[in-house]
Amino acid sequence: MDSALETRWHGRLSLGLLLAPAVLWLGALIVLPHVDLAVLSFRERVGPRQYAASLAQYRTFFAEPLYWRVFVRTALMSVAATLLTLLLAFPIAWVIAKLSRGRSSSWLFILCLIPFWVSETVRTLGWMILLRESGVLPSLLVKLGLTAVPVELLYHDATILVGLIYTSLLFMVIPLISSLESLDNSLIEAAYDLGAGGFVILRTIVIPHAAPGITAGCIVVFMLTLGNYLTPTLLGGKNSQWFTEQIYTQFITRFNWEQGAAFGFLLLALSTAMVVIGLRISGQRFGDVMRRT
Amino acid sequence: MSTADLVANAVSKRFADTQAVDALSFSVERGSFFSILGPSGCGKTTLLRMIAGFIAPDSGDIAIGGNSMRNVAPNRRPVNMVFQQLALFPMMSVGENVAFGLGQRGMGRADRMRRSHAMLERVGLGGASAKRVDELSGGQRQRVAIARSLVLEPTLLLLDEPLGALDLKLREHMKIELKQLQAAFGTTFVYITHDQSEALVLSDHVGVMSNGRFEQLGTPQDLYYRPQTPFVAAFVGANNRIVGRTTNRDGALVEIATTDGWTIHARGHGPIAPGDAVEAFVRPEAASLAREARELPGGQPNHTGQVQSLLFDGANSAVLVQETRTRREFRIALPQTGQFSDLKPGEAVLFSFDPERAVCFPARPGAAGRDTAGSDG
Repeated sequence: MDSALETRWHGRLSLGLLLAPAVLWLGALIVLPHVDLAVLSFRERVGPRQYAASLAQYRTFFAEPLYWRVFVRTALMSVAATLLTLLLAFPIAWVIAKLSRGRSSSWLFILCLIPFWVSETVRTLGWMILLRESGVLPSLLVKLGLTAVPVELLYHDATILVGLIYTSLLFMVIPLISSLESLDNSLIEAAYDLGAGGFVILRTIVIPHAAPGITAGCIVVFMLTLGNYLTPTLLGGKNSQWFTEQIYTQFITRFNWEQGAAFGFLLLALSTAMVVIGLRISGQRFGDVMRRT
Repeated sequence: MSTADLVANAVSKRFADTQAVDALSFSVERGSFFSILGPSGCGKTTLLRMIAGFIAPDSGDIAIGGNSMRNVAPNRRPVNMVFQQLALFPMMSVGENVAFGLGQRGMGRADRMRRSHAMLERVGLGGASAKRVDELSGGQRQRVAIARSLVLEPTLLLLDEPLGALDLKLREHMKIELKQLQAAFGTTFVYITHDQSEALVLSDHVGVMSNGRFEQLGTPQDLYYRPQTPFVAAFVGANNRIVGRTTNRDGALVEIATTDGWTIHARGHGPIAPGDAVEAFVRPEAASLAREARELPGGQPNHTGQVQSLLFDGANSAVLVQETRTRREFRIALPQTGQFSDLKPGEAVLFSFDPERAVCFPARPGAAGRDTAGSDG
């Protein structure tokens, strides 16, 4: 065989072998189940073990107000959680990336990381111990004389938001730190020297520079929040009305896999649409943003 | 002094265990080009950042354009700075960079873009307004950085080693351009550098800084021909440094003997008594080279040596000669007449220098060290 051809063939073989685990993972665990779910979502049971292609599952979603209201609510709450996480994470990332030096900066980062050594379930149960009517915080409020009787702090929208933000904070902080660290301090000084104040510097220098990191953090947090099941269920109880719960109910309680699959695809469409809108608004490109995560 | 744009009065700054700037006082006249020259770590950057307002002095006062700058934030000072890495805003076009400061003064977009265009014209970048910063060459970026500051018509323009990042050829070119820009705009420039050639070429006045103090403040000619301290003599321009003890003093002239027994003569500067440890400095161009004694100027002590190496550098060519007895290296500038173009290493030569053009100072504590044969410093 021609040696150049042989080398090229070897190159292709090793590339293929290197990519094999990723391709297998993507194919077997992501693409195949989704293809199967897609097929499921577009059929209808017409008799025992008899199915016909139909759009009935999607029609049900739009016909039943409960479903699409929960859907919209989940989307809006996720957007709110994402924006609040950004507001909270930005100062933290700023301190770690710009104000602290060496050891103190890595300590602060570890402090952000520590909650993630505990599983999400345990963390959320911890919140429940703190917030339930007979829990730590309500009894503290009574002791301080702020409330006459213990108040129930669980099962509010705000509680769900707190839990979601707590869970997502790290995923916002990390891309923000990396994008703020790459911002040359002399740019900030130059803007200051040219007469700009703090807010103008933030708006014209810092945010444009950190935009890919901000967008990356928002995409990750939004997707995590939208697809979260545990936190809204435990902290929100029956009031949570989270769309993932609807999917769970269809699959597990009702054995209506067709409906569940359709909901799953609607959720996928929602997160895709929101990411596209987010990229449009911030004027970023997906590739640039994903390099920051 | 009503014509001084910058007056520093006993300005000090201390960081943990180092005195970065030590009770400095000086003034810079309106429209002049002032350089602060010193090795890295001498405190010059700290001083510049105090003038810009990024650091507050521990004590003392800085006045710009006649007004004290105490408690005035950098964005409120009539001072603009050209940063070492230029710090152009990559998220804006060249024109927007130049217009940025005008926008902060509340000027409308159309007005400030017009002014920005006009400014870019003046620095020779007329068509570059819409370009991105990374489309420009190093020298063009330099000009944008200067234009961005000058468009605000500051009382004082601070420049923090702006040529440091450029390659040699461009640096030489930008030196000339900076000087022309300063002359054209008439703005007072305060320039910091560790490159003595930049300071000498560009400045009206230079402050040579070491350990937070000015060793000497004067015109480039003063620093070069009339150094007041051994540090200045060693730092500014090439110089042969010879360490020894005085054996005799005759008016201004001092006779110096090195430990290994070489005797030279130099003009004494400061209190020097016979027997004192001294450092003498002889410029390479102050010495004459000859193959025979009769070719040397008369009335000067002659020395003999052997050519060790030839340092060809066009007009700056020099030869390193080893003094016969002590094997000390001595640098001598080669005349441009081509008289010594056939000089070979190992050849025996004679040399002499006018003691009036050599200078000697009381030795600095801890400066006994080796002699140096005048490399550029």
